[in-house]
Amino acid sequence: MSFDVTKIREEFPILATQVGKKPLVYLDNAATTQKPQEVIDVLDSYYSETNANIHRGVHHLAEKATEAYEQSRREVAQFIHAATEDEVIFVRGTTEGINLIANTFGNKFIEAGDEIIISTMEHHANIVPWQLFCEARGAVLKVIPVSDAGELEMDSYESLLSERTKLVSVVHASNSLGIINPVKSIIEKAHGVGAKVLLDGAQAVGHFPVDVQELDCDFYVFSGHKLFSATGIGVVYGKYDLLDSMPPYQGGGDMISRVSFEGTTYKAPPGRFEAGTPHISGAIALAASIRYLEKQDRAALLDYEHELLEYATESLSEIEGLKIIGTAAKKVSLVSFTMEGTHPHDVATVLDADGIAVRAGHHCTQPLLQRFGVPATARASFAFYNTREEIDKLAQALTKIQVLFA
Amino acid sequence: MSDLTQLYQDIILGHNKRPRNYGALEGYSGKAEKNNPLCGDEVSVYWKTEDDRISDLRFTAQGCAISRASASIMTELLSGKSKKESVALFDAFRTLLEEEGGAASEEAELGDLMALSGVRQYPSRIKCAFLPWQALLEEWA
Ligand SMILES: Cc1ncc(COP(=O)(O)O)c(C=O)c1O
Repeated sequence: MSFDVTKIREEFPILATQVGKKPLVYLDNAATTQKPQEVIDVLDSYYSETNANIHRGVHHLAEKATEAYEQSRREVAQFIHAATEDEVIFVRGTTEGINLIANTFGNKFIEAGDEIIISTMEHHANIVPWQLFCEARGAVLKVIPVSDAGELEMDSYESLLSERTKLVSVVHASNSLGIINPVKSIIEKAHGVGAKVLLDGAQAVGHFPVDVQELDCDFYVFSGHKLFSATGIGVVYGKYDLLDSMPPYQGGGDMISRVSFEGTTYKAPPGRFEAGTPHISGAIALAASIRYLEKQDRAALLDYEHELLEYATESLSEIEGLKIIGTAAKKVSLVSFTMEGTHPHDVATVLDADGIAVRAGHHCTQPLLQRFGVPATARASFAFYNTREEIDKLAQALTKIQVLFA
Repeated sequence: MSDLTQLYQDIILGHNKRPRNYGALEGYSGKAEKNNPLCGDEVSVYWKTEDDRISDLRFTAQGCAISRASASIMTELLSGKSKKESVALFDAFRTLLEEEGGAASEEAELGDLMALSGVRQYPSRIKCAFLPWQALLEEWA
């Protein structure tokens, strides 16, 4: 292993927490990740040394804050390999990002009778905005089915595509099952019929490098809090010409070029899409978490996470009555499972008594769980600061459940 | 596991494994469904009344041990009860789970529900315990 997990753990202060008398075993990273001290320090020093409003002051602090905010945009652009920082819009998170695209790109380019393709495995954040949009606009929502292993059925996808398809919006990596989708091929095929593609990268960016130009996606969205940074900050990437052809999202200060009652003109992207005072400290913290990640050997982190996944899959498979949902080969580091005779909620409560944090429920993917005929699963999701010992504790506690509910 | 055995008392585990009055009811006078949007748990309650009193009460559920046990106990406790008596029992149950040291005086009436008192330590699970009761009482007119 070319990195030291003990040292990494020391950089995340919350990992030293005790739950009751047990050390915290945090296996809910798909819900939100923990934050390294560096990111916490940046948030702290922003408010004690830099705080001012941006883009509207000539004084020292205003310039310092504006520069820090715009520098963060540049760092985000580099992180996802955008062609220019003007392709990076700061929003509250993945959810707002998708709603932004529905309300701007959607309103301008998708008409009654046009089709939008999503998939069965989407997070509610990539379902409901499109349902609302289709209801208001008379557009039609089509859904790519999922196989028993949890993979998108690519043949069905191809047969859904047509000239009527205006947008394909799919998750890069599933938060519920961990499956990594073949997005490159999805994008190529969509472009073949002239449709644009939006990728929900909420569960991807924290696990593996993403290059939006190489993927050739038209939009990419993600949340800072799943990338070891603050809540309330997220990113919409969009190809510049596309963004430039889109109307504003919200109206207000900072997004205008000139306001008059005869007619208001808007800023060029990304300013056009950032009305009002943004989450300045959040954007700066996001850049800090990106710097933190880029300092690591990311290939080694990914290998390590993959080992954790394999180890967890093996250990959990040995437990009687435990069934893993989502068995495809290409996965981010998480395991979703059910246990015979015990509801996932009870599983999570029993684990919590041992200090182990997992998520139980539908993970905001009800249609996907309906597809697998279960109302809920328990989900253990890993980050590079987790250890094999923690997975051993998980497996031991799960074995106890068998006894308790027998 | 001592906190856990307080939550998952044998009575609860028993009702979870072998719920009483489980299954749909033919020719019901009322039916209600309720789900917990947080976790997707669902409960359906079916009842028959005679002279405004419950004569038969059944349920089906996709849910955790707490909600299943609560539903199972409810079907036993409310047999023969009027709407008003049922509401009063639910209020006593709520006091038990939501108020510090609540409902000691109601112990007799609450019966097996007392075994759910451990849920008080798990605020996120209180909703599970209330789900079947709310399903019934919000719909029973
Ligand atoms: C795949 C996926 N999409 C969207 C979201 C929504 O992200 P947020 O709640 O940060 O807006 C999440 C996280 O919950 C997610 O995992």
